[in-house]
Amino acid sequence: MSILKFLGKRLALSIFVLFGLSVLIFMIARVLPGDPVRMALGSRAPQWAVDNMREQMHLNDPLYAQYYYWLSGALHGDLGQSLFTRRAVMTDVKEFLPATMELAIFAGIIMAVFGVLLGAVSGRYSNTWIDNSVRIFSYIGVVTPSFVFAILFLLLFGYVLNVLPTVGRLSPWIHRPPVITGMVSLDAILSGNFAAFGDAIRHMILPAVSLALGGMAQEARITRSTISDNLRKDYIASAKGFGVPERLVVLKYLLKPSLIPTVSILGLDFASLLANAFLVELIFNWPGFSRYGINAMLNKDLNAVSAVVMILGVVFIIVNILVDLLVAWLDPRIRLGAERGK
Amino acid sequence: MVQNALLERRLESLKKNWYKFSKNPVSVVGLFFVLAVSFVAIFAPYISPYPMHAGRYVNFTEASQGPSLKHLCGTDVFGRDILSRIFFGFRYSLMMGAVVLSLVVIPGVVLGLIAGYYRGTWIDTVIMRVTDVFLAVPPLILALAICSVLTPSVFHAMMAVSLMWWPWYTRLVYGLSSSLRNEFFVQAAEVTGASRSHILFREILPNCVSSIFTKMSLDMGWVILIGSALSFVGLGAQPPTPDLGTMVADGAKYLPDQWWIAIFPALAIMITVLGFNLIGDGFRDLFALEDV
Amino acid sequence: MTETLLSIENLHVGFKIYEGRLSVLNGVQMTVRTGERVGLVGEAGCGKTTSMKCVLKILPSPPGEITAGRILFHGKDILTMGTREMQHIRGSGISMIFQDPTAALNPVFTIGDQLTSVIKYGSRESLSKKEIYIRAVGALREVQLPDPERIFNNYPVQLSGGMRQRVSVAMALATEPELLIADEPTTSLDVTIQDQVLRLLNGLVEQHETSVIFITHSLGVVREMADWVYVMYAGNIIEGARKEELFTNPLHPYTHGLMNALPKLTGGGIAEGIPGRIPEYIDPPTGCRFHPRCPRAMEGCSKSLPPITHTSDDHDVACFLYGGESSE
Repeated sequence: MSILKFLGKRLALSIFVLFGLSVLIFMIARVLPGDPVRMALGSRAPQWAVDNMREQMHLNDPLYAQYYYWLSGALHGDLGQSLFTRRAVMTDVKEFLPATMELAIFAGIIMAVFGVLLGAVSGRYSNTWIDNSVRIFSYIGVVTPSFVFAILFLLLFGYVLNVLPTVGRLSPWIHRPPVITGMVSLDAILSGNFAAFGDAIRHMILPAVSLALGGMAQEARITRSTISDNLRKDYIASAKGFGVPERLVVLKYLLKPSLIPTVSILGLDFASLLANAFLVELIFNWPGFSRYGINAMLNKDLNAVSAVVMILGVVFIIVNILVDLLVAWLDPRIRLGAERGK
Repeated sequence: MVQNALLERRLESLKKNWYKFSKNPVSVVGLFFVLAVSFVAIFAPYISPYPMHAGRYVNFTEASQGPSLKHLCGTDVFGRDILSRIFFGFRYSLMMGAVVLSLVVIPGVVLGLIAGYYRGTWIDTVIMRVTDVFLAVPPLILALAICSVLTPSVFHAMMAVSLMWWPWYTRLVYGLSSSLRNEFFVQAAEVTGASRSHILFREILPNCVSSIFTKMSLDMGWVILIGSALSFVGLGAQPPTPDLGTMVADGAKYLPDQWWIAIFPALAIMITVLGFNLIGDGFRDLFALEDV
Repeated sequence: MTETLLSIENLHVGFKIYEGRLSVLNGVQMTVRTGERVGLVGEAGCGKTTSMKCVLKILPSPPGEITAGRILFHGKDILTMGTREMQHIRGSGISMIFQDPTAALNPVFTIGDQLTSVIKYGSRESLSKKEIYIRAVGALREVQLPDPERIFNNYPVQLSGGMRQRVSVAMALATEPELLIADEPTTSLDVTIQDQVLRLLNGLVEQHETSVIFITHSLGVVREMADWVYVMYAGNIIEGARKEELFTNPLHPYTHGLMNALPKLTGGGIAEGIPGRIPEYIDPPTGCRFHPRCPRAMEGCSKSLPPITHTSDDHDVACFLYGGESSE
């Protein structure tokens, strides 16, 4: 059974969910007060132009027809025209999505690695000053809105200390790497341009850390409590009692079971990364997908809004599937289904 | 007589729980913050030094002054006292949390109870799949999308957040309900012919209350955070409403020179969220829950 | 001539918890000789497991701490030993079977992985990977698990409770320890399986000539498994005797009460419990900790802890009724 069947089930479910999501967002985007076309063309545009556009966008057709047009277009890679940027939404997506993905992945790595590290250290040395400082830090991390962090970091490291760049993805004097994936740091490595790579990373640090702090704090808390719970478990005492050296007990037999709850919420935390990305992108002027999405929403750009929600939905679903796979790999109890025996 | 005995027992366990709760310093600090913020929010018009500053008010002679004895948190560019606006801002934050939760908890819990009890049947599948659809959307995105298509306002923000929040309660209660369904006391009730609603609400639900309650406390914090994020972007409360998120957004422009305009509202948000988080954690420790 | 393998002398253990300090072990005293099977009997919560965890030095140390005493293994005090030396002792010197086999097995690693680690680090000799594997499978076979190679690759969740317990036994014996501590190995099992596991244990112990400390709260089990029995109450060993001697002639009032609490198939009479409850460790009774419940308590019993009196070669008891100075 296991992996393939599991994957198959999840994919089927995901498709169903995506379908439901598309219907939902479609309804929301279409059933709204105000005339988006008029907004896009401006109040001085002649009525015939507005009518023309409405016809073009099938806005006068019944809703299910509209949905059909949109869906079939989407499946062919055509997400319609953005009312605001006047380009194919797909073009916008290709331009902005990698920027956000790059930021999110970088932030995600920081969040996962440091979250687990801090939590593990804190749990191992529980009730010492190390533990207490990490706990205070994680409380702060959890309750502070990410935009507050972003602003503070911008001020502190960008202006006051002036050690890190605060705007954009690359400094103007850097030779730009060719666009392979759209993710500047990756493209830089792939094309051997290490100067660009370093510069790109420097530009990512502040926004990524502001994004990552909330999730990092969450991960640290959960890791900490899991580790300090598991330290008292019999199987750890038993391993020690049989003479297994302490280092092996901690790094192998303690760590693996303790990672399970942490990894489980990685999916959620990554989602909050994506969601909060817009705040950070606004503050650091990062040309990303979430900022594009916010603008689309504020401008009532129908197609763009639908596209943004759908794509973020897809990313979220993929991440969740990956996380579930990871958890199933870590925890055989889940893989092997129901328990037999007492 | 039996009623009295039950009532007494309930009071006893309530007193015991309170005792344990109050022994935990973290919970007490949280409770203090929450009570302080609530008090301030309720009595804002009476205790703010400058209550009229919360609405439309302009006085450029007093504008952009740093913290002083006259204005403990300084004034903003319109000359409005920031401390007073923060007091009123608490109202919106707390209101957001209270409204969202009251909209969300009842339907979410009821759906979860039903789905869990009828686990394995089509009722379960339908309810949980719909829940999954809502959960599949990255949390904030749905709220943003909804907010954006309707005119931005506090009310719409609350609706939007509610719409994306209820599935969490359903999922939580679903897990509890489906495992409790197999317990002996439920089977006993079934055998003696108790009605479905009795089983759901008088047998299963009471056992879920501690988890639900804990989650609600923690959620107050989250909802307030999300609400402030929405306002920050402009999709929530509109000026001149003194919403904490909006205040931070406005103040961000004037950093680092007039730092007080953004920092004090930010601190206000943090304290509120921290308070709810702490008491939520306190409840979690008290009821020894793992999966809330 | 048998020598003393393990000797616990005057062991005091306290636990620091939020409400204060629990004084759990109050001067535990016991010895185990080579080849001996020792039963350790007592109510739940009397300190049996805690004492044994001290022997392996796996007492969880933030709350728990050893405040006094020595534990001599082959004459050397393990409480003062360094980690290296202790590691030599763990596994090949002393090993333990835990009470709850499910909790004692790491759920995310295979049986084979855990067994391999135990054999690798716990055995006296250093072995090659192949030798370790052979030994592991052999150990599983010894505990009569069907299809040991498959079990080697299984996860604990795939086995039944009885099988998990056998695995625990296999792990404990795979390193060929001189002393085996079995902590209530059958308590969490069905009665039918209990019998099987006990028999298995007995057989293996005989075969390997291992000394055993058998912890249990069941007098019936002790009767089957032990040569010598210690009775423990609230952190003290209050009586120790050769098995038959203890059952025919229980001296300490507590032991007496325990025996009476067993329903007898012959001789009639209703089983009586012992009135009262075990003391709270946060504020334990002074002197002999049993005195508040003791039907034969005397004035001196609350003033000082009764020392151990040898009433005969086969019988020790800690009670002022049989000797020792009680300050009257």
